[in-house]
Amino acid sequence: MGFPFKPEAQETPILSQHFGNRDTISLEGWRNAGGYQGLEKALGMAPTEIVDVVKNSGLRGRGGAGFPTGVKWSFMKLDDGKPHYLCCNADESEPGTFKDREIMRWTPHALLEGCAIGAYAIGAEMVYIYIRGEFTEPLLRVREAVHEAYDAGILGPNAMGQGKRIDIVVHKGAGAYICGEETAMMNSIEGRRGNPRIKPPFPAVSGVFGKPTTINNVETLAAVPHIIVNGAEWYKSMSLSSPKSTGSKLFSVCGNIARPGNYEVVLGFPFKDFLYDLCGGPLPGRTFKAVIPGGVSVPIQTMDEAEATKMDYEGFVEQGSMLGSGGVIVYDDQQNMVKQIARIARFFAHESCAQCTQCREGTAWTTKIMERIRDGDGTAEDLDTLMSIADNMTGKTICVLSDSCATPVVSGINKFGSEFEALIKKTTFYPVTAAVA
Amino acid sequence: MATTVEPTAVTQLKTVTLTIEGRQVTVPEGTSILEAAKRVGVLIPHYCYHPALPAPGVCRMCLVEVEKAVKLAPSCVTAAAEGQVVHVHSEKSREARKGVLEMLLINHPLDCPICDQSGECELQDFTYMEGRKDSRLRDPKRFNPAEDFGGDVLYVTNRCILCTRCVRFMDDVAHDPVLNVSERGDRAVIGKFEGKDLTNMWSGNVVDLCPVGALLSKDFLNKTRAWEIDRAASICPGCTQGCNIMTETRDNMVVRLQPRPNAEVNDYFMCDYGRLNYRWMNRQDRVEVPMVRRADAGALAAADWEEALAVAATVLRGKRVFVAASPSLSNETLFLLSKLMKDSGGAGTFTVPTGPEFPLPGVEDLALRTDRAANVRGAELLGFTRVDSPLSGMADGDVLVVADTELDNVPSEQIARAAALVVIGTVLPECMRTAAVVLPVANFAEEEGTFTNLRGQVQRFTQARVAPGMSRPSWWVAGDVLSALGHNAQYFIASEVFSALASEHPEFSGMSYDTLGLRGLKTAGEQAHAHTAAGV
Amino acid sequence: MTEAVTRDNSSQHGVPYTPVFVGARRKELDELFTRYPTKMACILPALWMVQEEHGWVSDEGMAEVSDVLELTPAYVKGVVSFYTMYNRHPVGKYLIQACTTSPCNICGAEDVVRAFLEHTGCSDLGVTSPDGLYTVIEVECLGACGFATPVMINEGFVESVTPERVPEILAGLE
Repeated sequence: MGFPFKPEAQETPILSQHFGNRDTISLEGWRNAGGYQGLEKALGMAPTEIVDVVKNSGLRGRGGAGFPTGVKWSFMKLDDGKPHYLCCNADESEPGTFKDREIMRWTPHALLEGCAIGAYAIGAEMVYIYIRGEFTEPLLRVREAVHEAYDAGILGPNAMGQGKRIDIVVHKGAGAYICGEETAMMNSIEGRRGNPRIKPPFPAVSGVFGKPTTINNVETLAAVPHIIVNGAEWYKSMSLSSPKSTGSKLFSVCGNIARPGNYEVVLGFPFKDFLYDLCGGPLPGRTFKAVIPGGVSVPIQTMDEAEATKMDYEGFVEQGSMLGSGGVIVYDDQQNMVKQIARIARFFAHESCAQCTQCREGTAWTTKIMERIRDGDGTAEDLDTLMSIADNMTGKTICVLSDSCATPVVSGINKFGSEFEALIKKTTFYPVTAAVA
Repeated sequence: MATTVEPTAVTQLKTVTLTIEGRQVTVPEGTSILEAAKRVGVLIPHYCYHPALPAPGVCRMCLVEVEKAVKLAPSCVTAAAEGQVVHVHSEKSREARKGVLEMLLINHPLDCPICDQSGECELQDFTYMEGRKDSRLRDPKRFNPAEDFGGDVLYVTNRCILCTRCVRFMDDVAHDPVLNVSERGDRAVIGKFEGKDLTNMWSGNVVDLCPVGALLSKDFLNKTRAWEIDRAASICPGCTQGCNIMTETRDNMVVRLQPRPNAEVNDYFMCDYGRLNYRWMNRQDRVEVPMVRRADAGALAAADWEEALAVAATVLRGKRVFVAASPSLSNETLFLLSKLMKDSGGAGTFTVPTGPEFPLPGVEDLALRTDRAANVRGAELLGFTRVDSPLSGMADGDVLVVADTELDNVPSEQIARAAALVVIGTVLPECMRTAAVVLPVANFAEEEGTFTNLRGQVQRFTQARVAPGMSRPSWWVAGDVLSALGHNAQYFIASEVFSALASEHPEFSGMSYDTLGLRGLKTAGEQAHAHTAAGV
Repeated sequence: MTEAVTRDNSSQHGVPYTPVFVGARRKELDELFTRYPTKMACILPALWMVQEEHGWVSDEGMAEVSDVLELTPAYVKGVVSFYTMYNRHPVGKYLIQACTTSPCNICGAEDVVRAFLEHTGCSDLGVTSPDGLYTVIEVECLGACGFATPVMINEGFVESVTPERVPEILAGLE
């Protein structure tokens, strides 16, 4: 079992090995657990060496897009004479995902260590850790850790006494899902509305404050010290299926399941075993109906698809979904998918930044139609309209929030069409309680 | 000007060649596909993009298909690249834009019949071009109340498509960010801060920039429908900047002034002072017939033009002529008047009303100027002297010719020092009732001519409304007076006067209405100056 | 989602505004200026300071932030209205934010919200209770989906809330 329970033998607790252990929160405890060895080793290497090690390890971005981290770092031109920035994306807001939260709560120094190594590798002296405002405890922990690290000389003008300047600033978000999109985050750090920017220019060319910037997820950066200490081959060897997906990955599990929590497994782990063994299967007397495996932005899987899935970047795609952020949401037979998809659409309508027409209007319109169908006032034409709106919302906007809203609708209609039809025919499938809002 | 993307002659720019809708075009590197398409006559529908503003690429209306690209490209922010093949009207791109139009319209009130923008609305135009013919919305529409933004601007929230042109104008051009995008998602609206109104001197431009009926001019509100308007290309007479404008009339009344783009002078903009300063053009207290003071009767009496011109000639002949002219008269009229004074060994003066300067920071060398008259430079070039008191320099015994100025605050005893008074004007103020002859002329909106702006830009303005009664264009009247005095000055159209001016005056040498076009040319002195400055 | 709205907090509007950025807060802000290349970047932290001092971000608060950061109040308002965590109206002593996004929804978040409304005496979401103690709002994902239903009460985070636990949680606030 993963946190909040003790790990099981099938898990590979690397990032999560100290979850629940209060001792590793402090600098002293972290040092006793072997912390900051990675940073020490890294500062003795050339930045390009670090980039090569990370590249060879096969580490891919854990925030959702899965872009190879070492390749991303190699985009930063070290000798361009400009200030560089590293932004750590700790705006973990994808519904279903709560892994970065635990990393920051229990091992804040692991994150700082990863940030410091990353900053050194890309030639940055300043790291902004953008933590969502709702994460009050992680904010506190990381801020305390930053203080400790400065006091101990790990950060500052002479980091670890190795003559390199590394500064870390914790930037508190204020309630905006879209700020987890890297360019929106840069705008937010700059003090603007969190509107995603048009790419190009890419962050490595013109990022935060117009300077070359790299943005990495918390989990990605927290994995870096382990790779530095144990080597690329060690990390690369952790792979159960596709050679393009290496290392261990945290999966957050929530919804109608016996043991929700964070589980760390090697990529390629069988999803069926994961759901039924590690997470304890469905609640007593119930059966699973659907899974959203990577946060609400990815397509919904039927159980047939889910049970055939290898848990890595390629495996989820093969089975009609995506790995995304690793936020596994499980729906059981008591849930009505129409109601839940309506709820998801409403989330995106609430979070749309309002820039692009299709997203601003489309997310809200989708929500209106979905809620009308949910309330038994839908028509067959509404389904066609929904599919057509979804098509208009896909691949046409600055960022993918619009696509993310369309995704569950399309996959829901395609895979759970009978539930839509049941409501449209007004044969009540599910007793819809009066909405609270 | 700062905001244009035209290649400069001095630097050698790299170019790229691409194909848009089957038409090949070569543009400087960095040009957007949208701008490149314009050059081959292909309009890519768009809302948020405006050539004078930074492109945010948010309306997603200008999506086009670029061969070999995975996604549709927003053409306003996609740079043209070598060998690109762009399809603007392909099935895929039309469907995408149709989708955007549908989204823009679902919450729009569709109140074109009572909307001021109707007829000049890009939402209407593009919907007719490629929108859906029906709406699939079955749910209630969003509603937000309208808001008075202060200044001349009214915000009708429900019609807003959030293209943010207005916000970007205030931020990036006016450098006065009083507008914002408030809220997010479909709750988003254009907002301002309580108590901080849109009082910037240039804020009226947001009404022009708004592609739909969301930002409206309170002055123009419900005045007329766009299709009832007649338009005449003109020059703003409000100050020496010489902003290019359209004078818009309905039923022979000027109802609105709007800026007309000219990168050399005003880019796409005009200030609120100029924009709203048009009511005088519709004045009803005009002199409509020529008047003379006959020997038998003491008072001014109506006359025909023949008699009036004869009286004028009698009064003027053999006398030194002193001209008090308006600095808002055209180059043509001032040129003829200057002949009148020079031939008699006389002099001419003008006074200029002034006010504070209001620059538009985002555009180089554009401001509401201190001198609030259109042709100060022209008057100076044509030999008139700028003075504080209009009649200073007039000798006792001079014949005073007052040309379209009201001689405010001039004591009547000063006027009485003149041997006689000839009025060439649109109105007859009390102090000029002693005139020997009054020659009624058309005002600025009723005739054509040219102004020279403070940077020496000579620009044409055209007639927008019909002059009242028997009044005639001022250049015609001035020419007739000269003719009556024996000069060869029989001009039939304004361009003939301008040709005469160009042939006599080195500053205007080589110019004609044809070469001026609607954008104007710099005077010879300014051209030489510009060459020196550019190091050529 | 519901934002906090005021229907019965008019008395709090009458209180004259006390500037935030004086003394220690001013020092804190000046220190922040050294951490970013622009003053504008300090807008989120500055607004947080205003909210920490006053409990919400009033127009006066936005105006003060615009002054210290050399921005216009309209700009600040545009930013404030983008981020949902800044309260633009006064809220009760305890601002109760319950997550109701899909993962929590299927674990009974709606019942939790109903229980909070019932036990706090709030007539509706976003409406402060008559005693001025509580404001209950629904929020989107709090990022603790495995501990459904998570509820934020001011800066505190309560996990795995069920309707049954609500009275005990409220009692523990005093």
